Amino acid sequence: MDGATQTHPELSEIFNKDEERVDWHDETLWWIRQKRDKSAHSIPEWEQLRETASQIKNNVLSDLSAYLVSFEEKALANGIIVHWAADAAEHNRIVHGILKENGIQQMVKSKSMLTEECHLNEYLEQQGLDVIDSDLGERIVQLAKEPPSHIVLPCIHKKKEEIGDLFHIHLGVPAGTSDPQILTETARQHLRETFLTRRAALTGVNFAIAETGEFVVCTNEGNADMGAHLADVHIASMGIEKIIPERRHLGVFLRLLTRSATGQPITTYSSHFKKPRPGQQMHIVIVDNGRTIQMGREDFRNSLKCIRCGACMNTCPVYRRSGGHSYHNAISGPIGAILAPNLDMKKYADLPFASTLCGSCSNVCPVKIDIHQQLYKWRQVIVKEGYADSTKKIGMQLMTFTLSSPAVYRTAGKAGRWFLKHVPFAVNNKFNPWYKQRDMPEAPAESFGEWYKKNVKKS
Amino acid sequence: MRVGLFIPCYVDQFYPNAGIATYQLLRKLGVDVTYPTGQTCCGQPMANSGFEHLTKDCNNLFIDNFAEFDYIVSPSGSCTLHIKDHLHSEEAEEKATGIRHKIYELVEFLVDILKVKDLHARFPHKVGLHQSCHGQRGLFLTQMTELVAPYFSKPQQLLSQVEGLELIALSREDECCGFGGTFCVVEEAVSVKMGKDRVKDHLTHGAEYITGADMSCLMHMEGILKRENSGVKVLHIAEILNAE
Repeated sequence: MDGATQTHPELSEIFNKDEERVDWHDETLWWIRQKRDKSAHSIPEWEQLRETASQIKNNVLSDLSAYLVSFEEKALANGIIVHWAADAAEHNRIVHGILKENGIQQMVKSKSMLTEECHLNEYLEQQGLDVIDSDLGERIVQLAKEPPSHIVLPCIHKKKEEIGDLFHIHLGVPAGTSDPQILTETARQHLRETFLTRRAALTGVNFAIAETGEFVVCTNEGNADMGAHLADVHIASMGIEKIIPERRHLGVFLRLLTRSATGQPITTYSSHFKKPRPGQQMHIVIVDNGRTIQMGREDFRNSLKCIRCGACMNTCPVYRRSGGHSYHNAISGPIGAILAPNLDMKKYADLPFASTLCGSCSNVCPVKIDIHQQLYKWRQVIVKEGYADSTKKIGMQLMTFTLSSPAVYRTAGKAGRWFLKHVPFAVNNKFNPWYKQRDMPEAPAESFGEWYKKNVKKS
Repeated sequence: MRVGLFIPCYVDQFYPNAGIATYQLLRKLGVDVTYPTGQTCCGQPMANSGFEHLTKDCNNLFIDNFAEFDYIVSPSGSCTLHIKDHLHSEEAEEKATGIRHKIYELVEFLVDILKVKDLHARFPHKVGLHQSCHGQRGLFLTQMTELVAPYFSKPQQLLSQVEGLELIALSREDECCGFGGTFCVVEEAVSVKMGKDRVKDHLTHGAEYITGADMSCLMHMEGILKRENSGVKVLHIAEILNAE
């Protein structure tokens, strides 16, 4: 999907053409939010846990370079090969280089939002390599040739019937299959063959421990382990912000991660990778790709605390009713809307405005990122940098002029009411986005100011 | 105690009754309340659209109107929060800071400052309470469902003093209505869908009236109710608390 020409409001309008589907999407994600609530409320010290996680991440960000150097040193000592990538292109070249060196044409990949951010699959395909995503949801969107619509639930926008259709075309299930049991078993058999035949496996990294040089990968399906344990070459891609200082800090994050994401107490598999097994190669690619720029933006640096749980998406009333693809970015939802403008302010100028600033995202965030405050701040930056459209600019200047002068305001107020009362068609027309699906407020006989003057001030 | 009444621009223009009820209610409670007539707006429509840098004159005008009072009270959580978070002035920062600390939304003023225990109001109807986000998550008028923390609700505390009023339960007690300032026109499709869903929650639970501490959310929901030809009405919480 190319987001260059379509904005969040446009894509949301398309999504909202099918209201029943919007209801289904909203209910599905709200159900996950409720599971999160139930799970969080079972931990009396939940808020303290969030605060602790936030403080650990703040500490990491305040001394990131030292932690990264320590991590590299320990990882190297453990026998892991460490690579540094300044941007997405370099990351992709490094992964390609490792595969080429080992004469590998096919790779299995478990969930990694970083590789989505870097568009690794497309890059490797262009080089003639074959990548199969092993996370079930990721595999489904890969077959559909779509990006994931959610960072934890990549195919949450698809109904089981649609998945059946895809599996009918690609994996040979009978037409009309929609039984989840049959569909998952089909995927399981298909992926089993993939795991057994691939010599290289790429995984993401949830947490990289500076103290020990090990990294932790969390999955529910065990697919990262299946890939990594069977492959001769294990490549792990991580953003620089994935560091935590010590192993003892891990418990704080593991307790928060899936409770926030899906309401589960912990991921089914929380696998520690410390050193390659004999004969295996283990690579870590540590990627910047704009993160150090974000660190330099004081108002936005703490967005790097994100542990990618997706809770902000599940709770976001806008996300639930616009779908992940409406954000036209690898990371969608509220967190995507504060991360994306850092990478390309022009392309993603619409995203910080795709919010009512209700603040629910900040409240569910397990590492206490002030997401809605950052959305507000990004709006100021985007307008100042000149990415606001010009009609909006003129409207705002006029509004400022009116509201800065009591005299002008009173006249305009009168005119506004007169307009509403006497020329309703002028306002109540299809060019007025308010009136499309909502009635205008009725014009009162007098404003509060006029009432006050008449009834209070003179008495 | 001298109180300056801040009536947001759209309340002044479209919903004077919410302003009148606020004024009368405060008077009834013995408050020395004045409405400075030179006021216009808090500047939020510009700021939330990314034009905070254009609000300078608006801010100074606000300071000129309200700096002299002991408290500033407004029947809007959203406008109050905007002033609390964003009112600054190069010329009079000290006064701006003062205002940021002494401005109160009506409900919190009644509960926290006046400590109202007995309202003598009567409103024998089924009422749905809309928790406007800025009042709730910004000013903490009601505990938020996302947090693991003890429950409280200041608007409920006041509504429970109203004779005959039956507060209905909602399926989603603090979901945003989708108004969101300029969001309501920029993101028309999502805004309307959010509003429709919120209204539906109130209707399926039998509300005769939808109330709240922010008229802007109510204006948005009223637009949807009217379009759907519903008989359910919106009323600012001040109008219910002032009803006899």
